[in-house]
Parts: sequence; C-alpha cells; structure tokens
Amino acid sequence: MSAANLTLRQRLHERGLDGVTLLVVPGVLFVLALFIYPSIYGLLLSFEPKEGGVFGNYIKFFSEPFLYTTITKTLVIAIPATAINMILSVPVAMRVRLMKHPRLLTTILVIPITLGTVMVAEGMLTYLGPRGWLNRTLMFFALVDEPVRLIHNYWGVMLSLVITGFPFTFLLTLSYITGIDPSLEQAGAMLGARARMRFWRIILPLLAPGLAITLALSFVAAFTVYPSAVLLGAPAGPTRVISIAAYTAAFEEYDYSMASAVAMLMAAVQVIVVAFLLSLRGLFFHGPASSGKG
Amino acid sequence: MAIVSRDFRELRLEGVGRAFGQLNALQDITLTVKRGEFVALVGPSGCGKSTTLNCIAGLLQLTDGSIWLDDRRIDQTGPEDRGFGMVFQNYALFPHMSVRRNIGFGLATQHRPKDEIAKRVDEALALVRLESQAEKLPGQLSGGQQQRVAIARAVVVEPPLVLMDEPLSNLDAKLRLEMRAEIRRIHTMLACSTIYVTHDQEEALSLADRIVVLIDGKMRQVGTPEQLYMAPANRDVAEFMGYRNHVKTTARPVEGGIAVTMCGAAMLGTVPHTAGYETVQGAAMAAIRPDDLHPEADGPLAARVEIAEYHGRDFYCVGKAEDGTDLYFRSPRRVAPGEVVRLNADPSRVLVFAT
Repeated sequence: MSAANLTLRQRLHERGLDGVTLLVVPGVLFVLALFIYPSIYGLLLSFEPKEGGVFGNYIKFFSEPFLYTTITKTLVIAIPATAINMILSVPVAMRVRLMKHPRLLTTILVIPITLGTVMVAEGMLTYLGPRGWLNRTLMFFALVDEPVRLIHNYWGVMLSLVITGFPFTFLLTLSYITGIDPSLEQAGAMLGARARMRFWRIILPLLAPGLAITLALSFVAAFTVYPSAVLLGAPAGPTRVISIAAYTAAFEEYDYSMASAVAMLMAAVQVIVVAFLLSLRGLFFHGPASSGKG
Repeated sequence: MAIVSRDFRELRLEGVGRAFGQLNALQDITLTVKRGEFVALVGPSGCGKSTTLNCIAGLLQLTDGSIWLDDRRIDQTGPEDRGFGMVFQNYALFPHMSVRRNIGFGLATQHRPKDEIAKRVDEALALVRLESQAEKLPGQLSGGQQQRVAIARAVVVEPPLVLMDEPLSNLDAKLRLEMRAEIRRIHTMLACSTIYVTHDQEEALSLADRIVVLIDGKMRQVGTPEQLYMAPANRDVAEFMGYRNHVKTTARPVEGGIAVTMCGAAMLGTVPHTAGYETVQGAAMAAIRPDDLHPEADGPLAARVEIAEYHGRDFYCVGKAEDGTDLYFRSPRRVAPGEVVRLNADPSRVLVFAT
C-alpha cells in the first residue's frame, strides 16, 4: 500500500504520533512554565544591570575578586567531592551487587538523602564540633591535643557533600553495575583473567558511559551546594561558593539583575563540565552491556 | 601450528555434590571423562546439569566431593587457573571488543607476544570460518556467528576440556543443525574433551560419545547414545529419552520374555527380555515411543483420536485410551479427530517397568 492510500491519522501513527502523544502536553507545559520561561527571563534580566551597559553585570563579576573567585572556590569543593563519591561508590557497588539482601544497606544509604542537607549539616555541627563526640573521643584517648577543626571550614563542606552525595552516586552506580551481564565476568574468569584484570578490561569499559552520566549529575548536585556551605563552611572565606554570591546579590543587595547574571554564569560552568563529561562517553563503547541474543 | 588441546588423561568427578541452603541441587556425581571424549549431560530443566558444568568450570564451589584433572585436585582452584574453555548459553561475548580482541582475550591474559596472539587468532577465525568478520563488534553479528566467535574464543587457548552450556538453544532450527555438525568437527579437530549440557535429547544422541542423564540432581544413567535410546534403565530416563507413552499393563513371564496385557487386551506377541532388566510380574508400566505406536486393524489398544498433526510423511496424533490414558502415536494414513483407531506396537520396541 503506497503512502497516498493512508489516511492522515494512519500516516501520523506511522511516525509515532497518535492520541497517546497528547499525554506529553502537561509535561511540556510544565517545563515551559517552570524552566524555559524563568531561564529566558533570568537571561534577559541579567542584561539589564542597575548601572553599566548591557554586559555591566558580567564585567562587574569578572573584575571583582570577591565575586569571580566564587567560581574557583566552588569548583575546588565540587570536583573533589564528586571524585571522592565516585571512587567510593564503584568498589562498594561492585561488592553490593553480589549480596543476596542488599535492601538493608541501600535503605541505610538512602536515609541521608531523605533527611536533607540542612539536617545533616546540623547533626554534623554537633557531632564534629569542638565539644562533639568525635573530638571528645579523640581527646579522651589523647590522640589529639586540641580539637580537630572539621567544621566552619573547607573540610566541613567537603564532608557534608560526601555524606549527602554518596548515596545518590552509589545508587546510580549500582544500577549501572548490576546492568552488566554477570556471565561476561565469568567468561573473563574462564579465560584466565583475575579480578583486577576483569575490572579494568571488562567491567570498567562497559561502565564508563554510565559513570560519565553519574559524574555529571553528582557534579551538578555538588556545584549548587548552598546550605552546608553556609552552615558548615566559612561563607565569608574559602567556602564562599557561587550560590552564596547569587543569594547575596538577590536578597541582601536586592540586585535581581546581578543575581540573574551570577545564576547564568553558574549554569554556564555546569554546562561546560557536563558537556565535557558526556563527550568522554563518546570515547567508550555504548550499547547494551549484555551479550548475545539470549 | 594448529590449535590442539593440551594433553591430559582424564577428568574425574568423585562424589560431587552441591547444596543451595537446604536444597541438594546435585548429589553424588561420579564420572570420568577421558581425553577426546564428547560427553553430554542431559536432563529436564532444573535437573542440575548446568550446576554440574559450573562446578567443573569453577564458577560454583562444591559442597561435597572432589574434582581431579589427572593427579591434580582442582576443585579448590579458581576458574582462572583451571584453564578450561567455556561456551555460555548467551555466548557472553565482550560487547565492547572486536571479534579479534574477543578471541585474543584468553591469550592476552597469558601475556603471549603480540604476533603470536595475532597468528593464533587468525587460525581460530579460520577454524570457525569467520575470517571476514574479525574487526566487527559482536553486536553486528548474527546469532550463529556470535556462537562461532564464542567457540573460537574458548578453544584458542588450547584447553584440555571445553565446557558448553546449551550453546545451541538460542539458534533457529536450521542453524542448530549446522552448528551441531560444526561443534562435532571442531571437537574432533582439536582432540579435546567436551562436556556438553543440553535439554535436547536429540542433540545429545547425535553429538555425544557418552550421555549422562541427570534427574533431580542425581545421575540416573550413563551410557552410549544407543544404550540410552534402546535400553533406558528406568522409567524416568525412558520418559526423558522419548518414551512418551506410559500404559498400565499386567505382566506375566512366559517363555522368552514377558506377555503383557494392556487395558484389558492382550498385546500381540511377547516383549523379549532385555539384558539388564529385572523380570517384571503383575502390575507394570509399558513405555512406548510415539514412533513405535501405530494404527493396526486388530491392535490391542483402542484410542479416540483428539489431535492429528500433519508432519509430511506421517501424522503425529494424540488420542485417549478407554481408561483415559493419553496415547501419542504415528499414523501413516490420515486420521480424523473423533475417529476410534486400534493401535499396536512391535513388542521388541516396548519396555516394561515395574510400578
């Protein structure tokens, strides 16, 4: 039957368009109203500074060290935190995948996600503080002479990002690892490859595309850190992250235009990093991590 | 330099058992496989044949018994150090490596020189007739080609023993016949020993030198294909080997064999004694292959035809006897559902088991 014999409805159906397609409408409206429109609004707003030309906000941002150093400060926290989470997640997931009852462990790991960053930060303030249990124990056993400073500095924020970010990174990694057909590793073993070689030559190459996505998502989560940078860090000094700069501009200086400009720069850095990570995917095999037609 | 399997005398399983919690998946498997032998492990699903294979491979630990390669005990050795080749049911080809790298993987783990690897991979590719596909990824190959790559990858390291776990079950019928011949050819060429797991008795009969029938984790019979086909040791094995009809009979020993009465009617002739069978008397069970049961004018078994399938030369039919027993038979002439036919079998093709 040639295409001319088909009704419009049939032709649309051939292209995957039918009544079910209408179900995307609420989603599209939602994205348009709550994501696309505010983004464009913010972008335009950032070009209407209180003083200076169209690029006044951006010129101001990159001429004041207090502002432009927030990008590097955030990166210095977010990149290592993402890397640590990833490096911890892969071996743990490799082990958990072999467990018969991983439920309990995953439940324990999910708790920090449900508690939220503020509550974790409050808990850490008490636990890691100068009079907290950790320092008391260390002092009691005379392992340290004076309390170890783990809060109100870089390490406090880093620790909180690891604690709240790890479960997320881990669960994503676990789902990618369990997606690899176990018979591939068995085949590797039968061919004489030991655990280390099986990991580097079989598991990791198949895992790499998934890890790139996991890294991208974990990085975005870490890069937008705000509550723990304020509560656990030194928001005037080394942990003055970019989201603090945006908050200050918007709600302390009431300069929404400047705040939009900071938000746009924040988005730009994220897009660059994510694009870089996803471009690495292209270097690896990406297809189903199973084998055969079974 | 052709690919020839490493020399060894025999593989011995001594009282091998494997339990999963309370469940005994495998009990007391004792078997010796000589060099060059092709042994098929057969049995219905869940009988423990794949478990046996995984135990030999080292992918599964034993809970009982031991495994020996000549004088070396290997059941405590990991799969990496046993040096056996294995062909998986789903082929388990590395999807991110080309055919060439897949086949060369086992040689690379042995840190062989690059030119030697290249040369041996070429030989293995020639062995499975895939020279032109060397640079493709497994995903670009057909099922049959993937199967050949899996075989080449397993044999290129010249293993003394090749283990195959239902390697043909994912292929279509025509390809299965082709690959069957191919597997036998490669086995002969390498002079290796092959242990082949299948649930298809026809495949086992055509490939193996010896067949091991496993049922419920126990070895029920070991023998040549002829022995298993003609003289299964018990009812379960008979059923698995294609004796689909089980007819209640009364047996009476007579001169030269057993006279059996089926469904009240005396069967024509006397079932001869088969070596190894005990004499059966009284209530018994006659096992008959569908191929051996056919309509005959004065046959002792009356059956109402329920299904008649056209298979070219013959009709394969299902009928019901007067006492409700299902009867599977072959008819050279057309029979219609609902028709009552009288069936008979050559007494020498009938087995009688005590119940």
